[in-house]
Amino acid sequence: MSLIAFLGAIEAGLLFGLVALGVFISFRILDFPDLTVDGSLPLGAATAATLIVSGVDPYLATLAAMFAGALAGLVTALLNVRLGILHLLASILTMISLHSINLRVMGKPNQALLGEATVFTPFEGLGLPFYALTPVCLLVLLVLVVWLVNRFLTSEIGLGMRATGANPRMAAAQGIETGRMKMLGIALSNGLVGLAGALFAQIQGGADITMGVGVIVVGLAAVILGEAVLSTRTILLAAIGCVFGSILYRLAVAFALNAEVLGLQAQDLKLITALLVVLAMSLPTLRRRWHNARTRR
Amino acid sequence: MIRVEDIRVTFNAGSAMETIALHDLQLTIPAGEFVTVIGSNGAGKSTLLNVIAGETRCDSGRILIEETDVTGWSTARRSALVARVFQDPMAGICENLTLEENLALASSRGCRRGLAYAVDYDRLDEFQQKIAQLGLGLDTRLNDRMGLLSGGQRQAVSLMMATINPMKILLLDEHTAALDPKTAAFVMALTDRIVRELSLTTLMVTHSMRQALDHGDRTVMLHEGRVVLDVSGNERRRMKVEELLHMFEQIRGRELDDDKLLLG
Repeated sequence: MSLIAFLGAIEAGLLFGLVALGVFISFRILDFPDLTVDGSLPLGAATAATLIVSGVDPYLATLAAMFAGALAGLVTALLNVRLGILHLLASILTMISLHSINLRVMGKPNQALLGEATVFTPFEGLGLPFYALTPVCLLVLLVLVVWLVNRFLTSEIGLGMRATGANPRMAAAQGIETGRMKMLGIALSNGLVGLAGALFAQIQGGADITMGVGVIVVGLAAVILGEAVLSTRTILLAAIGCVFGSILYRLAVAFALNAEVLGLQAQDLKLITALLVVLAMSLPTLRRRWHNARTRR
Repeated sequence: MIRVEDIRVTFNAGSAMETIALHDLQLTIPAGEFVTVIGSNGAGKSTLLNVIAGETRCDSGRILIEETDVTGWSTARRSALVARVFQDPMAGICENLTLEENLALASSRGCRRGLAYAVDYDRLDEFQQKIAQLGLGLDTRLNDRMGLLSGGQRQAVSLMMATINPMKILLLDEHTAALDPKTAAFVMALTDRIVRELSLTTLMVTHSMRQALDHGDRTVMLHEGRVVLDVSGNERRRMKVEELLHMFEQIRGRELDDDKLLLG
């Protein structure tokens, strides 16, 4: 693997670390399987790209993308909490609505960002080689976001959110408005994904309507990989694990695509991801069955 | 003071399965009184607790806590006034959170939650002292996951959590039913001690007639969603389990076909 390919994998790993943190909040903290992210990632990208092209400051555009993502998450949570629609279905409904909304935002299936200033432009004068600039910027951002996520989840409100996911009946008895916690958490989760989308568009030079397909599975793969390599004893470790898992996942994919003996190509990516998640999620069951079979003998 | 006024709760209303769980039930509990509630399965004991806690909505009637009408309040909003220990040792705690995090959750009951660290060092000392008072040696295990504790330890901690902040009524929902006899006796003794020390207004549901008469100041028997017996004072002090059981049989109008209530 070349240095550029390696840094490319790190860059993508860090970027999707934001998605992994979002998925961690919905799936792990709130026990809310939220597929909205497949729509909120392109929503973030479309919002940022469209705003930047129309002359808005890239930082403001990125912030707006985050809010757009959070709003999408809020819709999913409202469908579930206020209207009683099953969480999974609520998130699918938001996801498919976002497909139309994203096309409306851009007015076309994609929006290029060629030659536009991005959030990374101000750092170009720092003397870093072009291929190292975005990974370094993303690393700084991720350190900050991991700290913020940890700070939030260990606060009084954050602890209430964790209780909401772990034992809603007990949480309510302790005075936690569990419905409101879900709304806040899913909005936060999708806000992070919207941010990821906005940065993704600025890194790869544009937004595309299809860029969200399978994002949830990539995020979940990162969370699971993170749990496999790092302990989840504390929130900080679990959050670092998400980013770490995301980078590992990208490195594994880059390695698989680079190994010519395997004969894999870029279009096999989603299949590899799905297989990886199936493997990781079935490991506990398979291990138990194997163990039982051995002890029975 | 707690006033339950003409509370009616109907399950599966309008269907063939329609049952009236609470039949215009009335109950007034003066401040500081410890009431035990008995009754057969389906008598409405748990429904009464759920209605007071806000988990079950009533069709008609009112619930007043210290003259405040809380009938329309959510469980979370009522939590400032109502504390509860559940029957299932898993129900009252978060097993994936640590002991100190569970205590931190409980110590925010009735308070506004903000962005301050949930577990801070001032509170840690307080938690340690409270847990040390249980005499279970848990004060050195504040960082352990709650799921690692035994059922009895969890119920003792749940009781501590329920009483760590002030409340107007403590609800105990057969909180010793899932424990072995020795642990149950320990948790019951702890309950008596805490209720007396803090002079708490308490409503305890139990399956055991022995427990109902041995603890608290007043015993209420429910049958088909109504109060059918309400004893306190000398009358209650003289009452034996056999007498209570006899009344219970009379009320039910047939012989009991199991002796679980007598032996439990």
